[in-house]
Amino acid sequence: MNKVVSNADAALEGLRDGMTLMVGGFGLCGIPENLIAALVRSGVKGLTCISNNAGVDDFGLGLLLKQRQIKKMIASYVGENAEFERQLLSGELEVDLTPQGTLAERCRAGGAGIPAFFTPTGYGTEVAEGKETREFDGKMYVMEHWLRADFSLVKAWKGDTNGNLVYRHTARNFNPMMAMAGNITIAEVEHLVQPGELDPDQIHTPGIFVHRIFQGEKYEKRIEQRTVRQRS
Amino acid sequence: MALDKNQMAKRIARELQDGFYVNLGIGIPTLVANHIPPGMDVTLQSENGILGMGEFPYDGEEDADLINAGKQTVTLKAGAAIFDSATSFAMIRGQKVDLTVLGAMEVAENGDIASWKIPGKMVKGMGGAMDLVASAQNIIVCMMHTNKHGDSKLLKRCSLPLTGVGCVKRVLTDLGMFDITDGAFVLKELAPGVTVDEVKAKTEGRLVVVEGVKEMVV
Repeated sequence: MNKVVSNADAALEGLRDGMTLMVGGFGLCGIPENLIAALVRSGVKGLTCISNNAGVDDFGLGLLLKQRQIKKMIASYVGENAEFERQLLSGELEVDLTPQGTLAERCRAGGAGIPAFFTPTGYGTEVAEGKETREFDGKMYVMEHWLRADFSLVKAWKGDTNGNLVYRHTARNFNPMMAMAGNITIAEVEHLVQPGELDPDQIHTPGIFVHRIFQGEKYEKRIEQRTVRQRS
Repeated sequence: MALDKNQMAKRIARELQDGFYVNLGIGIPTLVANHIPPGMDVTLQSENGILGMGEFPYDGEEDADLINAGKQTVTLKAGAAIFDSATSFAMIRGQKVDLTVLGAMEVAENGDIASWKIPGKMVKGMGGAMDLVASAQNIIVCMMHTNKHGDSKLLKRCSLPLTGVGCVKRVLTDLGMFDITDGAFVLKELAPGVTVDEVKAKTEGRLVVVEGVKEMVV
């Protein structure tokens, strides 16, 4: 079992036009920068991307949008990307806006072999249109289906060659659920280490969910909203 | 005088209680964090995966891996916890969060809220707002009383796509604090210097004003 690949381009072996991808991250925090750059280089198109956000105009998934490589987005919040809003309002891009907690749970369900679940979120709103609803203990719930992907692209802080992953701070976000829900899950990590170097008690994503892993390079880690306070 | 944003945040802060877990939405609600009474133990939840969110970092100490739900750089307080998005919304849907404060575009007298979409014009998405309003027991909507065109945001029925149905029980605007009870906005407190007539003129939904409504302390 050798999960280690040399770089992002090699990691995307087998990824073809029209596939469904999950891409980890919240805003630009914890996104797989190297894999996104490799997707742009590959020119693959007609993608369905499942990701909480759509990046900004010139970084993250925004780079794929700009090249018209994405056919459909499943996301919860896309307010930071003007090009996204333009493509959406003009009808060039198909979009399924999904509440953030529902999106996270749909990914988790996909990875956990649970085809559907009931949530109170969105009941009575357009999000629930066409979906089965049911009453439990006097409250109404909406049935939501699992999400699965041909490829899941995630970013972790550290990973070992067995695919065990550790995330850092809020760069964790959607990465663990998406790692679970990929038919092929690729992890890019800042530090690739040998088995035994990570504490088994501190693993966030067990290696069974990860099929390919590599150490990324030149992380930009762009900050969307740099907010600071002054020393008094 | 209508309340300014800081005064609104200050008034919301008076709803905090020791030991509360609180989720603050983007915009005015975020400012509530600046007015937590000294000595009170309040834990801020950020839905991207933090319990125990602290202040903004000092200049030069920002960390790209540590942001809040508004994508702003933040810090962690001692004793903070980090978790994934599914766990975060388990806390929210599981009703572990004691107080949720969020903004809105419209609120209706039946407790409906609209905050995520203007068809044909603006589509940013609902983010975590739908999950928050669907489950929270204790929600305060914090918003300006009228929109930038001067139209009332306290309506008989929401005109925009809904975020949640019948879920809002309390609204703070720059003009006053309102409870939503029996299909009406009940004026509980009036902002200093604001008249009942002004509130009446700017409220499209059914408004109930009890005699001798008190002036808000800010």
